[in-house]
Amino acid sequence: MTNETPDDLQYTDSHEWIDDHGDVRRIGITDFAQDELGDVVFVELPEEGESLESGTACAVVESIKAVSDIYTPISGAVTAANDNVLDQPELLNTDPYGEGWLFEIDGEVPDDALDVDEYREQIE
Amino acid sequence: MISKRTSLYESHRRAGADFTDFGGWEMPVSFDSIREEHRAVREGVGLFDVSHMGQLAVDGPDAETLLHRLIPSDVRGLEPGEAQYSCFLRSDGVMLDDIVVYDHPNESEYVVVPNAGHDEELYGRLREYAVRWSLDVSLENRTTETGMIAVQGPDAVERVDDEADEQIDKLEPFALEETSVGEVECLVARTGYTGEGGVEILFPGEDATAIDRLFDDVQRCGLGARDTLRLEAGLLLSGQDFDPEDEPHDPFEADIGFAVDLDSGDFVGRSALEQTQKEGIDERIVGLRLEERAIARHEHQISSGGAPAGQVTSGTMSPTLGVPIALGYVDAEFASSGTDLSISIRDRSVDATVVDTPFLESCGE
Repeated sequence: MTNETPDDLQYTDSHEWIDDHGDVRRIGITDFAQDELGDVVFVELPEEGESLESGTACAVVESIKAVSDIYTPISGAVTAANDNVLDQPELLNTDPYGEGWLFEIDGEVPDDALDVDEYREQIE
Repeated sequence: MISKRTSLYESHRRAGADFTDFGGWEMPVSFDSIREEHRAVREGVGLFDVSHMGQLAVDGPDAETLLHRLIPSDVRGLEPGEAQYSCFLRSDGVMLDDIVVYDHPNESEYVVVPNAGHDEELYGRLREYAVRWSLDVSLENRTTETGMIAVQGPDAVERVDDEADEQIDKLEPFALEETSVGEVECLVARTGYTGEGGVEILFPGEDATAIDRLFDDVQRCGLGARDTLRLEAGLLLSGQDFDPEDEPHDPFEADIGFAVDLDSGDFVGRSALEQTQKEGIDERIVGLRLEERAIARHEHQISSGGAPAGQVTSGTMSPTLGVPIALGYVDAEFASSGTDLSISIRDRSVDATVVDTPFLESCGE
């Protein structure tokens, strides 16, 4: 099975993606991660305004099979949380790079973020 | 240790299953999506490979006596062609495993079906007690050579009926008969563990491919869907909701007192159960509906007004009901329906209410 890994995103070892095309960075979980987790049934998000430190657990994604902590790859203040996924956690399965995004954060992308080739290599 | 594979393993692999070890068997967790598989069983029909469950044949002049003295339900009431849900107990009343006993429709034997991974232990137990009580029985562990599928859902009986010689739709729940399905001689029983109607089909493992082909069009379901289905139906999972080591409980605590007949004579564990019945149980398994989105998992603590009240054994987000549900043992004083409790889930406390099971009835529209 091949998982979708868009070229224009950056990635983390722990299967988050980072979209740094806007004024703030948007974070979600990869197609590979959602596929591994299976049916997502519950999501917990950081709150808007909350200050996060990179590498710390800040959200929870729970599938029928397992619980996973989500780590912010970026330090900074949360500028938005995607409330839609609280009511429709299955958006993480159906549209992980779109409607299923998790939160946005105002901060710098770290140097150790993976580019698409590095991430593809990791999940192969 | 290498996991055992059922006779349907290759078929599962071709169908794209994700596998896991379950009771020493490499079994499919899911094929597509647990949610989709779950829905197929609630709304139409789904097929599970349950060949990993044990198959123990008990035959001979004293077969009935052996089972009668080892299980708390009255197996003497069974007629050929009938099945009974029961359990094996330790002498202190603790449940070792829950089982279904099939009284073969055409042979003198009984077929005892324990959970995956328990067949050798329970086979040993049957043999040990047969010797101890000098009973004339012949025992056979057919687990590895017998295949078993569960076809479950509102359309399941009709779907199997299409392939069977005998009229399956005439079978009462917990009845079984011998019939050919396709070209294969099978035992077909109106049993299952999903809360839906349906059948379980026992067949020689070597005929698995022939049986499998007959149901090519039926949604394949894995252990993930089986778990969410059985939990919605308030059915216990061996090793999780009760376990002689980690979750030792007697049948009254596990709320399967219907499987205990204290008037049926002596059986292993009887005096302990009599004592419990006289004194009352300290704790009981209950259904819990969580009042906000969160998933309770095994070993999460249950509280009442901040004081410990019990522990969760199983929990999920109910795919059918769209609400989080759980099973757990609570002190008897908190076991009544409607009792307000809370569950510690990671770093927060989530309100929960004791509800009747099956959840499908108590938490439905």
